[in-house]
Amino acid sequence: MYIIIIGGGSVGYHLCKALLKEKHEVLVLDRDATKCENFEDELGSVCVRGDGCEVTTLAEAGVSRAEVFIAATDEDEDNLVACQVAKHKFGVPRTIARVNDPKNEEIFRKLGVDCPISVTNLILEHIEEKIPTHPLIHLLTMGEEKMEIVEVKILEGSKSAGKSVKELSLPSDSILALLIRNGQKPQVPTADTILEVNDRIIALTTTDSEQTLQEKLASD
Amino acid sequence: MKIIIMGCGRVGAQLASLLDADGHKITVLDVDAHSFRRLPPSFGGTALVGDGTDEEMLRKAGIGEADAFVAVTQGDNRNVMAAQIAKNIFNVPKVICRIYDPLRKDVYEALGLEAVSPTTVFAQLLRDKLLAT
Repeated sequence: MYIIIIGGGSVGYHLCKALLKEKHEVLVLDRDATKCENFEDELGSVCVRGDGCEVTTLAEAGVSRAEVFIAATDEDEDNLVACQVAKHKFGVPRTIARVNDPKNEEIFRKLGVDCPISVTNLILEHIEEKIPTHPLIHLLTMGEEKMEIVEVKILEGSKSAGKSVKELSLPSDSILALLIRNGQKPQVPTADTILEVNDRIIALTTTDSEQTLQEKLASD
Repeated sequence: MKIIIMGCGRVGAQLASLLDADGHKITVLDVDAHSFRRLPPSFGGTALVGDGTDEEMLRKAGIGEADAFVAVTQGDNRNVMAAQIAKNIFNVPKVICRIYDPLRKDVYEALGLEAVSPTTVFAQLLRDKLLAT
């Protein structure tokens, strides 16, 4: 697959390395000559010096035959414009942008970037996961559908412990997909399943109902 | 009209003072407070320090009630991003942005953004002046 990456910083570099390893054809664009030389030394001729927001540079890079276009600079406005030019001028089917300010994730989506990735939000999710007392962990966010997969732990004192799923009156757009109980095989919970302390539940929910789901399952 | 101008460089400041003198309600945004020195002492509008690509900042500048938004910072991409936020997220009726790069300007015009490229305009002006007898 032909993949173009804008920005040869650490994200661009490691991404390029990983994609080359998977045998993709990769081209990195960066404005900085020194960065391009580093690529040349480390990974071969994969980096071209140029502004990834400029139509002429992108045309020379053969963007019109790229299947994926990734803008990974540390400037949000550059990432947005690079993706929009790639998409609308050159018809790249999938554009991915690194979002540095989490506030811009939604804006990027509204302005037509196929897949905006907020670095800050990713780090937050990972940190959240490491805090043992936090009852709800985000496992996966499906941005386009506004759905997410979360893990909820039934802590000591949760009012849902000892109740069956149907008694909890969960939000209608949340589905309990899996129940993990210590020492047992994971099971699919039914309406009659009784929840116990230390149960871990994998659930699919909309972003809007996440809060309600957490309250119903994990509040005391 | 209530008009928000993003970027208080020479063009932004000049535009702000012209429109202010015409009696419009002007808010000028710039990331650097030092830029506001370019506004004339008679300027009666509001000058706000802040980034026009930031939704919160735009709200503070009163973009909800703005009739027009003009993006004239030094950065093409910043102008494009702010103009799109004003147009597509806040539905400001009239949005104009400056894009130095003529090719990028064409792309965004095709996308429905009203853009001006000073590069093209000035080059044409110089040509006409050179060829005028």
